[in-house]
Amino acid sequence: MTLKELWHKLGSPRWFYHMSTPWVTGFGIAAALLLCTGIVWGLGFAPQDYQQGNSVRIMYVHVPAAMVAQSVYIGMGVAGFVLFVWRMKLADVAIAACLPFGMMLTALALFSGGVWGRPTWGTWWDWDGRTVSTLVMLFLYIGIYALREAIPDVELRGRASALVAVVGTINIPIIKYSVEWWHTLHQPASFTLTAKPTMPPEMYLPLLVMVLGIYCFAGHNILSRMRLEIVRRERGTQWVRELVLPARAAG
Amino acid sequence: MQFDSLAEFVAMGGHGLYVWMAYGATLAVLLGSTIALRVARRKQMLELRWAADQQDASTTTETQGTSGA
Repeated sequence: MTLKELWHKLGSPRWFYHMSTPWVTGFGIAAALLLCTGIVWGLGFAPQDYQQGNSVRIMYVHVPAAMVAQSVYIGMGVAGFVLFVWRMKLADVAIAACLPFGMMLTALALFSGGVWGRPTWGTWWDWDGRTVSTLVMLFLYIGIYALREAIPDVELRGRASALVAVVGTINIPIIKYSVEWWHTLHQPASFTLTAKPTMPPEMYLPLLVMVLGIYCFAGHNILSRMRLEIVRRERGTQWVRELVLPARAAG
Repeated sequence: MQFDSLAEFVAMGGHGLYVWMAYGATLAVLLGSTIALRVARRKQMLELRWAADQQDASTTTETQGTSGA
Protein backbone atom coordinates (compact mmCIF):
# COMPACT_ATOMS: atom_id res chain seq x y z
CA MET A 1 0.00 0.00 0.00
CA THR A 2 1.40 3.40 -0.90
CA LEU A 3 1.24 6.32 1.48
CA LYS A 4 -1.35 7.99 -0.71
CA GLU A 5 -3.63 4.96 -0.57
CA LEU A 6 -3.20 4.79 3.21
CA TRP A 7 -4.16 8.46 3.45
CA HIS A 8 -7.38 7.82 1.54
CA LYS A 9 -8.21 4.73 3.54
CA LEU A 10 -7.85 6.70 6.78
CA GLY A 11 -10.97 8.51 5.64
CA SER A 12 -12.93 5.31 6.26
CA PRO A 13 -13.74 4.65 9.92
CA ARG A 14 -14.71 1.10 9.06
CA TRP A 15 -11.32 0.38 7.49
CA PHE A 16 -9.57 1.91 10.51
CA TYR A 17 -11.64 -0.18 12.92
CA HIS A 18 -10.72 -3.46 11.28
CA MET A 19 -7.10 -2.49 10.61
CA SER A 20 -6.55 -1.51 14.26
CA THR A 21 -7.82 -4.79 15.78
CA PRO A 22 -4.46 -6.63 15.82
CA TRP A 23 -2.66 -3.46 16.94
CA VAL A 24 -4.89 -3.09 20.01
CA THR A 25 -4.19 -6.69 21.02
CA GLY A 26 -0.46 -6.40 20.29
CA PHE A 27 -0.02 -3.14 22.22
CA GLY A 28 -2.05 -4.59 25.10
CA ILE A 29 0.07 -7.72 25.44
CA ALA A 30 3.34 -5.81 25.00
CA ALA A 31 2.29 -3.23 27.59
CA ALA A 32 1.33 -5.90 30.15
CA LEU A 33 4.63 -7.75 29.74
CA LEU A 34 6.83 -4.64 29.71
CA LEU A 35 5.10 -2.91 32.61
CA CYS A 36 5.07 -5.99 34.87
CA THR A 37 8.79 -6.54 34.14
CA GLY A 38 9.66 -2.88 34.53
CA ILE A 39 7.80 -2.36 37.82
CA VAL A 40 9.34 -5.44 39.47
CA TRP A 41 12.76 -4.48 38.11
CA GLY A 42 12.50 -0.84 39.16
CA LEU A 43 11.11 -1.55 42.62
CA GLY A 44 13.17 -4.55 43.64
CA PHE A 45 16.24 -5.07 41.50
CA ALA A 46 17.52 -1.74 40.19
CA PRO A 47 20.23 -0.27 42.43
CA GLN A 48 19.80 2.58 44.88
CA ASP A 49 21.18 5.96 43.98
CA TYR A 50 24.25 6.84 46.03
CA GLN A 51 22.75 10.23 46.89
CA GLN A 52 19.00 9.71 46.65
CA GLY A 53 18.76 6.19 48.07
CA ASN A 54 15.57 4.34 47.21
CA SER A 55 13.56 7.41 46.22
CA VAL A 56 15.32 7.15 42.84
CA ARG A 57 12.90 4.29 42.08
CA ILE A 58 10.24 6.94 41.48
CA MET A 59 12.16 7.76 38.28
CA TYR A 60 10.87 4.53 36.67
CA VAL A 61 7.31 5.83 36.75
CA HIS A 62 7.89 9.59 36.65
CA VAL A 63 10.07 9.80 33.54
CA PRO A 64 7.87 7.52 31.36
CA ALA A 65 4.69 9.33 32.48
CA ALA A 66 6.16 12.73 31.61
CA MET A 67 7.65 11.57 28.28
CA VAL A 68 4.54 9.82 27.04
CA ALA A 69 2.23 12.62 28.24
CA GLN A 70 4.17 14.97 25.94
CA SER A 71 4.15 12.48 23.06
CA VAL A 72 0.39 12.04 23.38
CA TYR A 73 0.05 15.82 23.28
CA ILE A 74 2.16 15.98 20.12
CA GLY A 75 -0.05 13.26 18.61
CA MET A 76 -3.10 15.30 19.48
CA GLY A 77 -1.52 18.38 17.92
CA VAL A 78 -0.84 16.47 14.69
CA ALA A 79 -4.44 15.21 14.69
CA GLY A 80 -5.58 18.78 15.25
CA PHE A 81 -3.55 19.97 12.25
CA VAL A 82 -4.95 17.19 10.04
CA LEU A 83 -8.48 18.00 11.14
CA PHE A 84 -7.97 21.70 10.57
CA VAL A 85 -6.44 21.37 7.11
CA TRP A 86 -8.14 18.29 5.62
CA ARG A 87 -11.22 17.98 7.85
CA MET A 88 -10.59 14.28 8.30
CA LYS A 89 -13.22 12.83 10.64
CA LEU A 90 -10.82 10.27 12.06
CA ALA A 91 -8.62 13.12 13.33
CA ASP A 92 -11.50 14.43 15.43
CA VAL A 93 -11.92 10.92 16.86
CA ALA A 94 -8.18 10.85 17.63
CA ILE A 95 -8.27 14.17 19.50
CA ALA A 96 -11.13 12.93 21.66
CA ALA A 97 -9.31 9.64 22.33
CA CYS A 98 -5.99 11.29 23.31
CA LEU A 99 -7.56 13.58 25.91
CA PRO A 100 -8.45 11.29 28.85
CA PHE A 101 -5.21 9.30 28.97
CA GLY A 102 -2.99 12.29 28.19
CA MET A 103 -4.62 14.20 31.01
CA MET A 104 -4.18 11.34 33.49
CA LEU A 105 -0.52 10.85 32.49
CA THR A 106 0.27 14.55 32.89
CA ALA A 107 -1.37 14.54 36.31
CA LEU A 108 0.66 11.43 37.17
CA ALA A 109 3.90 13.08 36.02
CA LEU A 110 3.20 16.09 38.24
CA PHE A 111 2.16 13.96 41.21
CA SER A 112 5.07 11.54 40.99
CA GLY A 113 7.39 14.53 40.51
CA GLY A 114 6.03 16.03 43.72
CA VAL A 115 6.54 12.89 45.79
CA TRP A 116 10.02 12.55 44.31
CA GLY A 117 10.81 16.21 44.96
CA ARG A 118 9.78 16.06 48.61
CA PRO A 119 12.62 13.75 49.79
CA THR A 120 15.08 14.93 47.10
CA TRP A 121 14.68 18.71 46.96
CA GLY A 122 12.78 19.16 50.22
CA THR A 123 9.62 20.47 48.57
CA TRP A 124 6.51 19.04 46.91
CA TRP A 125 6.23 21.90 44.45
CA ASP A 126 8.28 24.74 43.12
CA TRP A 127 7.54 27.37 40.48
CA ASP A 128 10.27 25.97 38.30
CA GLY A 129 10.34 26.15 34.48
CA ARG A 130 9.63 22.51 33.89
CA THR A 131 6.99 22.02 36.58
CA VAL A 132 5.11 25.13 35.45
CA SER A 133 5.22 24.25 31.73
CA THR A 134 4.01 20.72 32.58
CA LEU A 135 1.20 22.27 34.62
CA VAL A 136 0.34 24.36 31.55
CA MET A 137 0.12 21.11 29.55
CA LEU A 138 -2.32 19.71 32.13
CA PHE A 139 -4.44 22.86 31.79
CA LEU A 140 -4.34 22.51 27.99
CA TYR A 141 -5.63 18.94 28.23
CA ILE A 142 -8.35 19.97 30.69
CA GLY A 143 -9.20 23.06 28.61
CA ILE A 144 -9.61 21.14 25.35
CA TYR A 145 -11.68 18.50 27.16
CA ALA A 146 -13.95 21.18 28.65
CA LEU A 147 -14.20 22.95 25.29
CA ARG A 148 -15.37 19.75 23.61
CA GLU A 149 -17.91 19.14 26.35
CA ALA A 150 -19.24 22.69 25.98
CA ILE A 151 -19.78 22.81 22.18
CA PRO A 152 -22.68 20.68 20.95
CA ASP A 153 -22.04 21.24 17.22
CA VAL A 154 -19.74 18.47 15.94
CA GLU A 155 -18.05 20.56 13.24
CA LEU A 156 -17.39 23.57 15.47
CA ARG A 157 -16.31 21.38 18.38
CA GLY A 158 -13.74 19.64 16.21
CA ARG A 159 -12.32 22.83 14.74
CA ALA A 160 -12.16 24.69 18.06
CA SER A 161 -10.43 21.82 19.86
CA ALA A 162 -8.07 21.30 16.90
CA LEU A 163 -7.07 24.96 16.99
CA VAL A 164 -6.27 24.92 20.71
CA ALA A 165 -4.42 21.60 20.37
CA VAL A 166 -2.24 22.97 17.55
CA VAL A 167 -1.50 26.30 19.26
CA GLY A 168 -0.74 24.45 22.51
CA THR A 169 2.07 22.44 20.89
CA ILE A 170 4.21 25.60 21.38
CA ASN A 171 4.35 24.45 25.00
CA ILE A 172 6.12 21.18 24.12
CA PRO A 173 9.53 22.70 23.20
CA ILE A 174 9.12 24.96 26.24
CA ILE A 175 8.83 21.86 28.46
CA LYS A 176 11.77 20.26 26.67
CA TYR A 177 14.16 23.20 26.88
CA SER A 178 12.89 24.56 30.21
CA VAL A 179 15.70 22.79 32.06
CA GLU A 180 18.28 24.50 29.83
CA TRP A 181 16.69 27.96 29.69
CA TRP A 182 16.02 28.32 33.40
CA HIS A 183 18.54 26.76 35.74
CA THR A 184 16.19 26.35 38.65
CA LEU A 185 15.24 23.18 40.47
CA HIS A 186 14.46 20.47 37.92
CA GLN A 187 17.51 18.55 36.73
CA PRO A 188 18.30 18.27 32.99
CA ALA A 189 17.07 15.32 30.97
CA SER A 190 18.19 12.06 32.56
CA PHE A 191 17.08 9.93 29.66
CA THR A 192 16.60 10.19 25.92
CA LEU A 193 15.93 7.51 23.34
CA THR A 194 18.52 8.97 20.97
CA ALA A 195 21.65 9.82 22.99
CA LYS A 196 24.10 7.61 24.82
CA PRO A 197 22.82 6.98 28.36
CA THR A 198 24.52 8.87 31.19
CA MET A 199 23.37 6.42 33.85
CA PRO A 200 24.57 2.84 34.37
CA PRO A 201 22.75 0.05 32.46
CA GLU A 202 21.27 -1.33 35.73
CA MET A 203 19.22 1.87 35.85
CA TYR A 204 18.93 2.67 32.17
CA LEU A 205 17.48 -0.71 31.13
CA PRO A 206 14.53 -0.85 33.55
CA LEU A 207 13.78 2.78 32.65
CA LEU A 208 13.81 1.89 28.95
CA VAL A 209 11.45 -1.05 29.63
CA MET A 210 9.06 1.24 31.52
CA VAL A 211 9.16 3.94 28.81
CA LEU A 212 8.36 1.38 26.10
CA GLY A 213 5.68 -0.16 28.34
CA ILE A 214 3.92 3.16 28.87
CA TYR A 215 4.15 3.91 25.13
CA CYS A 216 2.50 0.55 24.34
CA PHE A 217 -0.10 1.16 27.04
CA ALA A 218 -0.87 4.55 25.49
CA GLY A 219 -1.14 2.92 22.06
CA HIS A 220 -3.57 0.35 23.41
CA ASN A 221 -5.61 2.88 25.37
CA ILE A 222 -5.89 5.52 22.63
CA LEU A 223 -6.66 3.05 19.83
CA SER A 224 -9.33 1.40 22.01
CA ARG A 225 -10.93 4.77 22.74
CA MET A 226 -10.88 5.63 19.02
CA ARG A 227 -12.62 2.35 18.25
CA LEU A 228 -15.31 3.00 20.87
CA GLU A 229 -15.93 6.44 19.41
CA ILE A 230 -16.01 5.13 15.82
CA VAL A 231 -18.60 2.50 16.73
CA ARG A 232 -20.65 5.11 18.61
CA ARG A 233 -20.67 7.42 15.59
CA GLU A 234 -21.38 4.65 13.08
CA ARG A 235 -23.90 2.70 15.13
CA GLY A 236 -26.63 2.93 12.52
CA THR A 237 -24.54 1.34 9.76
CA GLN A 238 -24.58 -2.21 8.48
CA TRP A 239 -20.96 -2.99 9.36
CA VAL A 240 -21.45 -2.01 13.01
CA ARG A 241 -24.57 -4.20 13.15
CA GLU A 242 -22.46 -7.04 11.84
CA LEU A 243 -20.03 -6.54 14.73
CA VAL A 244 -22.61 -7.81 17.24
CA LEU A 245 -23.73 -10.75 15.11
CA PRO A 246 -21.32 -13.34 16.61
CA ALA A 247 -22.22 -12.27 20.16
CA ARG A 248 -25.94 -12.62 19.39
CA ALA A 249 -25.51 -15.98 17.74
CA ALA A 250 -23.62 -17.19 20.82
CA GLY A 251 -26.11 -15.75 23.35
CA MET B 1 17.22 -8.34 44.71
CA GLN B 2 18.27 -5.16 46.51
CA PHE B 3 16.43 -5.95 49.75
CA ASP B 4 17.07 -8.62 52.38
CA SER B 5 13.59 -8.71 53.90
CA LEU B 6 10.02 -7.71 53.14
CA ALA B 7 10.18 -5.08 55.90
CA GLU B 8 13.20 -3.49 54.21
CA PHE B 9 11.40 -3.57 50.87
CA VAL B 10 8.38 -1.81 52.34
CA ALA B 11 10.50 0.76 54.19
CA MET B 12 12.56 1.64 51.07
CA GLY B 13 15.34 2.99 53.29
CA GLY B 14 13.01 5.56 54.84
CA HIS B 15 11.58 6.68 51.48
CA GLY B 16 8.75 4.14 51.54
CA LEU B 17 5.97 6.71 51.76
CA TYR B 18 7.13 8.55 48.63
CA VAL B 19 8.01 5.48 46.56
CA TRP B 20 4.72 3.73 47.34
CA MET B 21 2.66 6.86 46.69
CA ALA B 22 4.24 7.23 43.24
CA TYR B 23 3.81 3.56 42.31
CA GLY B 24 0.30 3.46 43.82
CA ALA B 25 -0.77 6.45 41.71
CA THR B 26 0.74 4.84 38.62
CA LEU B 27 -1.12 1.59 39.20
CA ALA B 28 -4.32 3.53 39.85
CA VAL B 29 -3.98 5.34 36.51
CA LEU B 30 -3.13 2.17 34.55
CA LEU B 31 -5.80 -0.04 36.14
CA GLY B 32 -8.38 2.75 36.26
CA SER B 33 -8.09 3.56 32.55
CA THR B 34 -8.17 -0.15 31.61
CA ILE B 35 -11.27 -0.82 33.71
CA ALA B 36 -12.99 2.32 32.38
CA LEU B 37 -12.37 1.13 28.82
CA ARG B 38 -13.71 -2.37 29.54
CA VAL B 39 -16.87 -1.00 31.15
CA ALA B 40 -17.47 1.39 28.24
CA ARG B 41 -16.88 -1.38 25.70
CA ARG B 42 -19.25 -3.79 27.46
CA LYS B 43 -21.94 -1.12 27.78
CA GLN B 44 -21.61 -0.27 24.09
CA MET B 45 -21.89 -3.93 23.02
CA LEU B 46 -25.02 -4.39 25.16
CA GLU B 47 -26.57 -1.29 23.60
CA LEU B 48 -25.74 -2.49 20.09
CA ARG B 49 -27.23 -5.91 20.79
CA TRP B 50 -30.33 -4.32 22.27
CA ALA B 51 -30.72 -2.07 19.21
CA ALA B 52 -30.27 -5.06 16.89
CA ASP B 53 -32.89 -7.07 18.83
CA GLN B 54 -35.32 -4.15 18.66
CA GLN B 55 -34.82 -3.92 14.93
CA ASP B 56 -35.32 -7.65 14.46
CA ALA B 57 -38.55 -7.46 16.47
CA SER B 58 -39.89 -4.62 14.35
CA THR B 59 -38.87 -6.35 11.09
CA THR B 60 -40.69 -9.52 12.17
CA THR B 61 -43.87 -7.56 12.93
CA GLU B 62 -43.71 -5.83 9.56
CA THR B 63 -43.30 -9.12 7.67
CA GLN B 64 -46.22 -10.66 9.53
CA GLY B 65 -48.33 -7.62 8.71
CA THR B 66 -47.57 -7.90 4.98
CA SER B 67 -48.19 -11.63 4.80
CA GLY B 68 -51.50 -11.18 6.63
CA ALA B 69 -52.70 -8.63 4.04
